[in-house]
Amino acid sequence: MNHLPIVPILLPLIAGSVLLLSTRWPATARHAFSLAAVVAQLAVAITLLVMVTDGPIRVYALGGWAPPFGIVLVVDRLAAALLVLTAIVACASLLYAVARDTEAAAPRFHALFQFQLLGIQGAFLTGDLFNLFVFFEVLLIASYALLLHGLAADRVRAALHVVVLNLIGSALFLLGVALIYGVAGTLNFADLARVIPALTSADAPLARIGALLLLVVFALKSALLPLGFWLPRAYGAAAAAVAALFAVLTKVGVYAVLRVYPLAFGPQAGELANVAEPWLLPLALATLAFGALGVLAARSLRLAAGWVVLYSVGSLLVAVALFSADGYAAAIYYTVHSTLASAALFLVVDLVAADRTTAGDRLDAADAMPHGALLGSFFFFTAVAVAGVPPLSGFVGKVLILDAAGAHPAAALIWSSLLGAALVVIVAFARAGSAVFWRTVPAPAGAPPPPRPSLAALAAPAAILGCVAALVIWGGSATAFAQAAARDLDNPAGYIEAVLGGDHAQPDDRRRLR
Amino acid sequence: MLLSIVILIPLLGAWLPTALSRALGVDPARTAAALAATSLALILSQAPDVLAGATLVSGWSWIPTAGLNATFRLDGFGLLFALLILGIGLLVILYARYYLSPEESKERFYGLLLLFMGAMLGVVLAENLLLLVTFWELTSLSSFLLIGFWRHDADARRGARLALMVTGAGGLALLAGVLLIGHVVGSFELSRVLAAGPVIKAHPLYETMLVLVLLGAFTKSAQFPFHFWLPHAMAAPTPVSAYLHSATMVKAGIFLLGRLFPAFAGTETWFYIVSGVGLTTQLFAAYVALFRHDLKGLLAYSTVSHLGLITLLFGFGTPAGAVAAVFHTINHAVFKASLFMAAGIVDHETGTRDMRRLSGLARFMPWTAALATIAAGAMAGVPLLNGFLSKEMFFAETLQVQWLGSRYWVLPLAATLASVFTVAYSTRFVHDVFFGPPPQGLARVPHEPPRWMKVPVEILVGLCLLVGLLPALIVDPLLRAAGGAVLQGPLPEYSLALWHGFNLPVLMSGVALTGGAIIYFARRYYFGLHGYRQQRYDGRTLAEGLVALAVAGSRRLVDGVANASLQRYVLLLLLATLGVGLVGARGLSLAPIAALTPPDALAVALTAALAIAAIAATALHTQRLLALVLIGVVGLVVSLVFVRFSAPDLALTQLLVEIVTVLLLLLALYFMPAESPRESSRFRRVRDTMVAVAVGLGAGLLAWALLTRPFSTIAWYYLEHAKPQGGGYNVVNVILVDFRGFDTLGEITVLGIAAVAILALLQELRLVAPQRDWDGRPWAVERHPLMLRVLARPLLPLALLVSVYLFLRGHNAPGGGFIAGLVTGTAILLQYVAYGSDWARERLPWNYSTAIALGLLLATATGLASWAFGAPFLTSTFGYLHWPVVGEFELASAMVFDLGIYVVVVGVVMVIVGRLGALSGSGGRGT
Repeated sequence: MNHLPIVPILLPLIAGSVLLLSTRWPATARHAFSLAAVVAQLAVAITLLVMVTDGPIRVYALGGWAPPFGIVLVVDRLAAALLVLTAIVACASLLYAVARDTEAAAPRFHALFQFQLLGIQGAFLTGDLFNLFVFFEVLLIASYALLLHGLAADRVRAALHVVVLNLIGSALFLLGVALIYGVAGTLNFADLARVIPALTSADAPLARIGALLLLVVFALKSALLPLGFWLPRAYGAAAAAVAALFAVLTKVGVYAVLRVYPLAFGPQAGELANVAEPWLLPLALATLAFGALGVLAARSLRLAAGWVVLYSVGSLLVAVALFSADGYAAAIYYTVHSTLASAALFLVVDLVAADRTTAGDRLDAADAMPHGALLGSFFFFTAVAVAGVPPLSGFVGKVLILDAAGAHPAAALIWSSLLGAALVVIVAFARAGSAVFWRTVPAPAGAPPPPRPSLAALAAPAAILGCVAALVIWGGSATAFAQAAARDLDNPAGYIEAVLGGDHAQPDDRRRLR
Repeated sequence: MLLSIVILIPLLGAWLPTALSRALGVDPARTAAALAATSLALILSQAPDVLAGATLVSGWSWIPTAGLNATFRLDGFGLLFALLILGIGLLVILYARYYLSPEESKERFYGLLLLFMGAMLGVVLAENLLLLVTFWELTSLSSFLLIGFWRHDADARRGARLALMVTGAGGLALLAGVLLIGHVVGSFELSRVLAAGPVIKAHPLYETMLVLVLLGAFTKSAQFPFHFWLPHAMAAPTPVSAYLHSATMVKAGIFLLGRLFPAFAGTETWFYIVSGVGLTTQLFAAYVALFRHDLKGLLAYSTVSHLGLITLLFGFGTPAGAVAAVFHTINHAVFKASLFMAAGIVDHETGTRDMRRLSGLARFMPWTAALATIAAGAMAGVPLLNGFLSKEMFFAETLQVQWLGSRYWVLPLAATLASVFTVAYSTRFVHDVFFGPPPQGLARVPHEPPRWMKVPVEILVGLCLLVGLLPALIVDPLLRAAGGAVLQGPLPEYSLALWHGFNLPVLMSGVALTGGAIIYFARRYYFGLHGYRQQRYDGRTLAEGLVALAVAGSRRLVDGVANASLQRYVLLLLLATLGVGLVGARGLSLAPIAALTPPDALAVALTAALAIAAIAATALHTQRLLALVLIGVVGLVVSLVFVRFSAPDLALTQLLVEIVTVLLLLLALYFMPAESPRESSRFRRVRDTMVAVAVGLGAGLLAWALLTRPFSTIAWYYLEHAKPQGGGYNVVNVILVDFRGFDTLGEITVLGIAAVAILALLQELRLVAPQRDWDGRPWAVERHPLMLRVLARPLLPLALLVSVYLFLRGHNAPGGGFIAGLVTGTAILLQYVAYGSDWARERLPWNYSTAIALGLLLATATGLASWAFGAPFLTSTFGYLHWPVVGEFELASAMVFDLGIYVVVVGVVMVIVGRLGALSGSGGRGT
């Protein structure tokens, strides 16, 4: 019995629980334990990735109850890739948090951090709609607690927005799940894919409303407009390490769209075929455009970073909205890229703000930064990655999206939106960078210069940027992997077969797998 | 392989000047020169083959999905540009060593210069068009950093941003164009694209592709109307201007025109767009150049004008035009770089570049004056210099154009006119600076620059002369190779002779030279050229205005829409829900399909109570206590509904959750005002009421629709297997701890995290306990009511006993860990209320977040135990034990899991109670 598929869930669960007990430990022990836990998660994620790259989809039936009756975890290429992505961002964010000592103000930070990972990784792994709801709850409540840490007024306000909106989202999620279960009679993704196409035309409208309610929830999670306005301020207010981890959070919503709609509501879904398609593309384009304008409008670097998240979510949902294998491949590659780039941006912006004594992260003229050259090159690289300018992975991602959209009837609109938004972001970052790094005034006399950022604090964004570079240098393998993952999504027969087995015509005969 | 190394040496070596300077104290200029020289040597090693007509293509597949391959190409055209980039690059490296002042960061300068050099080499050596675009954007980025090198200078910052914006936008257009080319041709490899000219030109997307590609080329090469960024890029240090903004980067657009010439050129569209833009640019910029007072400003417009000339030549679409364009590209790079360097020397030695202040410098720096005069002569097209030859070819070509029919005279006339201005500003450059009376009011007495600063100028001017005098020997092999590579076919007949006899081009040259001299001197002495006030408005004003407008506009938009109002965000969420609900409901029938249970009096009464309480709670929400009570009523009725439908587990859970929640909320309300203020306007209340009613109605209708139809789910499986395989008669409990125990594990984690979040939120919070209640009455002196104290204490053991009972029977009858935990929690909560938190904490001195953690670990460990038996996580087992008194008793592993749940639930309730109790500092006094 290979238990590896559940380890990404158990590790943070156990580590988080143990860390709750760690109030009397010395800080270094807590740091070491927490870091060891995320590094272990990275190792497990990579092992899983290697396993599914050339091997079959892994299914883990919890409690030994055969699907669709019990809950299953499913590791396919997409899930494995996102697990690795999460673990990388987690390692870097945690390293940064430890190096910058954000934990000082937040005694239970490490436990919450692990619980946050539990929610994210559980959502990526589960093959069950209600279980997805449960992990959405885990990651929501953990993100609320993490966002609160430090208890600055803007954080409390942002956290309130997040929690209220997402609780409404949870209610809608339950409503959607109830509708779908009510007519389809099952919660397992693969089983849904089997049942949905056969729905009678009397039942189909209810399932359709359920599917669309889920889309609203996923849109809220991934900050698709008009439901994403809360995000920039919330992420901008969060502590840098938390915001960097949150860069993964929006991708959970995108992942859910990618997981559920091609599988259960794809072209083969009878009356519910392509139910999300008419909604997603226009809203994604609006998100893209608004996100770019938000970056341009931002008066501080943190807020700009928050809007960058919206901009990149828009870009990648455009790719998802194409609902084609090429679109999925572009979306998967761009998801990895944009998550890394946004995470790095949050960390770098925090370093920059700490190095500017008078202005923080505001885009005002301030005294010259003592470590401007060093941080300037970090900022430059990150901005290049974020704006999708060559030679970093954003460019490759953009080319993939443009390519995939080439055959779409609205290709001209998609292309001009993507390229126009990219230009706006380039201009915005040129403005921000020149305001922060170039437009300086003499430092006030007597003030001690901020200390040089520690090596560990620099290593965190450097490691993420290294991954961004690797995504280009080994772009051939990366895109080939994304394509393979996209083919799995586009042709879900393999997934259904892996979960339900070849004989899924007679679920009645299934018994406990022991 | 070799070509990639040529590019990578400067690109990856960009950090070496800094590193070697810091580590070993090596002069960064030497490092940079060594790197550039290595690349140059490698390129030269391939030159013989290429000059013989070979095209070297090499590389490897990189990102085939995107069509992006690391393939490189060296043919005559690429070789020509590579030689310009590396050759002039080396001279600029040498020149800059003396130009930069000691306090400026040479390390940074040379690093950026190398970065640019590598990017530019990438553009001209790329075989894959996407790779070309990649390097193309990289040149824009490095140019941005180089223009902004003097970061303290506001003009430098603005110039840098402007250049990035214009060339960046062009780069994006080029990307779109290239993607379309790839789509049409089926490959991004130049070899295939160049061979596919007929396909491209016949394609319905030809015009679109052409315009997109040309947008890239024209922005980069500063063609009208995108020319305005280049003069402002002159805020860069002069070596940068000489290198990027005259000799190399701005030629990238020209390079692209030449590179894609076989694929795109020769159509009427091509002719009208390319030559139209080229001619306009040439004429307009030549005219403007005359009126610039800044030396570099004059040279910048002159560059724009000459780039226009080259564009015009390519625009003719003829082989001979293309060859002339290539030739003029070489010549312009050589003389313009030397002129920029000369201007830099003047600036360096006098401290100004303003021609109104400069005069008669020839007597202070005769050698520099001589060099500059020769280079300016080449620019003006004076015979025996290189510029003359290509200009003659240009004039000859204007006479050959077929497209204009009877208006054939327009082009030669315009070309001559532009040349007249070229001669005029060239004359001005030399005459204003080097001749006339000695300068007045300079900061220092000028003299010749350091020896090695002049060497690069000498070399370039020497080339002007050599090419001008011995063209066939010096430049013809390179020109043939480059021309052949551009045309991808046989070269036209052309002759590089110095004298072709008296013909129309010679006449045009003569007119230009005389006319130009007349115009300059006439304006200089009779019309007050120096008094000319430069236009303050240009493309930059427009571009920066646009950006400022965009920033202001997006700020208004963003501030207006994303206004951080939770009410608005919730409204949007609900409207979105309504929207999808209405659209999704297409075809939904509300007519019952299943037979309905007839309503009885009890059901009607319960439903009415539920509805009234829910509506009242919403309507009266400003009165907090009342609203809370009403919410409690809703919860109680719901649990009665569960009873009605024979769901005792759910009813028990609902009841207990309701009790705990209401009690905890009461504790919190104690610190808050009795009423929340009304903050919404009347309009908003009406609007929100309508939305709320609509959403509620929608949810109700959905429930109706769902419940009035027969449905078949997988529930039968649970009923069938709960006892034989789950070991319990209580199917709900078996689902919770076994079938879907994983969900439960997740949900108790949520509870635990929520408790931790409350701890975090209330961590630092200290509130003053109010002395009076909401109606102004003082709180009772007796802190804890006697009746409650008397009742509460015996209740605790009783409640614990009930908990144990509920827990143990849970697997087979209503009960279970969750319910038992709530019962225990409620009982302890009661102690807190009755005796105060200080008293309770003394007697229950545990850290309850520890309980949460231990409960979670216990539940997880139960799940893990199944690994020992080779079964998946959370696989349960059960058996029957015969206990002496109790009789046969079932033990299930799921019960240990349930115990974990119990511990977590108790811990969560206690954490919240303890924290709320501690809010007022000295310990709460209860309600």
